[in-house]
Amino acid sequence: MRVESLAVLFGLVVIMTILSPVTGDGVRVFLTTSNLFNIILASATFGVLAIGATFVISSAGIDLSLGSVLGLASVSGAALVVTLGWPWYFAILGSLAAGAAAGAVNGFIITRGRVPAFIVTLGMLGIARGLALIISNGRGIYGLPDEILFLGQARPWGVPTPVFILLIVALVSHYILAHTPFGHHTLALGDNENSARATGINVRRQRMMLYTISGLMAGIAGLIFTARVNTGDPTAGLNYELLAITAAIIGGTNLFGGRGSILGTMIGALIMGVLQNGLNLMAVQAYYQQMAIGAVLIAAVWLDQLRTRGRSAQ
Amino acid sequence: MSTLELSGVEKSFGAVQVLNGVDLSVSGGEVVGLVGDNGAGKSTLMKAITGVYSTDKGRITFDGIDITNLDPGKRREMGIEMIYQDLALAPQQDVANNIFLGREPTKRLLGLIPCFVDKSRIDVEAQEMIDRLGVQIPSIHIPVGMLSGGQQQTIAIARALTFKPKLVIMDEPTAALAVREVESVLNLIEQMRSEGIATILISHRLNDVFAACGRIVVLRRGNVIADLKRDETDMSEVVSYIVGAHG
Ligand SMILES: Nc1ncnc2c1ncn2[C@@H]1O[C@H](COP(=O)(O)OP(=O)(O)OP(=O)(O)O)[C@@H](O)[C@H]1O
Ligand SMILES: [Mg+2]
Repeated sequence: MRVESLAVLFGLVVIMTILSPVTGDGVRVFLTTSNLFNIILASATFGVLAIGATFVISSAGIDLSLGSVLGLASVSGAALVVTLGWPWYFAILGSLAAGAAAGAVNGFIITRGRVPAFIVTLGMLGIARGLALIISNGRGIYGLPDEILFLGQARPWGVPTPVFILLIVALVSHYILAHTPFGHHTLALGDNENSARATGINVRRQRMMLYTISGLMAGIAGLIFTARVNTGDPTAGLNYELLAITAAIIGGTNLFGGRGSILGTMIGALIMGVLQNGLNLMAVQAYYQQMAIGAVLIAAVWLDQLRTRGRSAQ
Repeated sequence: MSTLELSGVEKSFGAVQVLNGVDLSVSGGEVVGLVGDNGAGKSTLMKAITGVYSTDKGRITFDGIDITNLDPGKRREMGIEMIYQDLALAPQQDVANNIFLGREPTKRLLGLIPCFVDKSRIDVEAQEMIDRLGVQIPSIHIPVGMLSGGQQQTIAIARALTFKPKLVIMDEPTAALAVREVESVLNLIEQMRSEGIATILISHRLNDVFAACGRIVVLRRGNVIADLKRDETDMSEVVSYIVGAHG
């Protein structure tokens, strides 16, 4: 799957290069350094979100609230620092805490109330977005301190800070999912919950932690968003759950659980970034872009289904 | 020698009372056959022992310790292992990881970063266990879901035996097996008995039960209605208890 995802990414880059407009000096706009940075920068936000999606989906869960929680985290951090005038680091703490708290609420209701994750996180999609709009009075909260702007706009060693943040988050997450007992238990849980329970894994605690991690990722993504645009934006991350889930699925995470890789998800996030950016350069309207992303999600799951069915028929 | 004691264990699913006050005791070095009709409550009773199901009433002790309210992980740590009727394997994970699921050995990566699953140790020890059981599988690195039913069965057995168990519960371990594999499971049970492990074997194949078990317990509608020594009973008596024709 990872090889295939890489092939898709490569193919997409070739296509976008060919279709890209050309600058005055005959360079393809798509291939300019500044555009490539744009792609990575945009991918960083939903890349972090896609990592959260990878954790829950590989445990046979789902988190539809990712985009809304991103928005909630964005305004929560900004409100503490800008509206209440607290020290700059409360923008970080506030965003991460808001994200993790929303995730924990999801996890709590899913595990204690036995309400399907699909319903709980769909409800949270509405609740978190509404809360974000209430906190911010429906308007962006502008003017964050330099320390926060550094996280979104600086380029130490020429590389945008969000890319560093994504790399660190991805590295830690890869370690957790692929190499720790927690990761093994996550995949086993997604594969066969009975198996996990029978071997003594605390299924409830595991799920609780997974949804909290997912929320925390939305918190980190919200912080990056705030820092990039210098605004706590209540509409931040609108429809991003679509991007995040699609990135995870085309990266090889099994929608039905049991399989998932952070590396694959990073490739998936880049694919989504290239797709979006390429369509932008071709001046394709946002409406059509939404359609394209939705279609990619359905196609990815469809292909995966065909493949697994083919395998079990052998 | 460890001893398992159940007294007055009750369990219902909603309005359906499945266990009606079960008393049972099993000691180390003993192989007990648990038989009964479909739906008699055998699997439910065993899941109550491993903690996968909580009980409504009654007490379960192991080695004198009350385990009634311990979670499955704690009971596993105490040496209670079960091979489930549905095997409870994770089909997309490889053979070695399945055997070590919930028990992953860890080390520090580069001597620094904690909680690194020691995959090479898992592979080595899983291979040893597979070899010891004489299981024929292509590789310990393939997903369990790609193995045959009988092979999966032996993987489930390997998982139960890898961690020095004191009590092993086998729910229909021979149902999916060919004659030769049945033989080797029965030999395995005899070996466990000689090592002082307590074993409970659930099976509908009375031949296997009589071959392996010194004691035979009959469950009927959630009650223990007979507790017989193999040498003092015969198949027709056991069958009459199972179908409810006795007394
Ligand atoms: N999770 C459950 N929820 C509701 N009812 C259950 C559940 N598990 C078992 N039962 C019911 O409890 C009764 C006993 O089931 P159990 O699986 O313990 O029987 P068994 O003796 O193992 O049968 P078999 O020989 O067919 O395996 C059955 O009537 C079954 O329908
Ligand atoms: Mg049963």
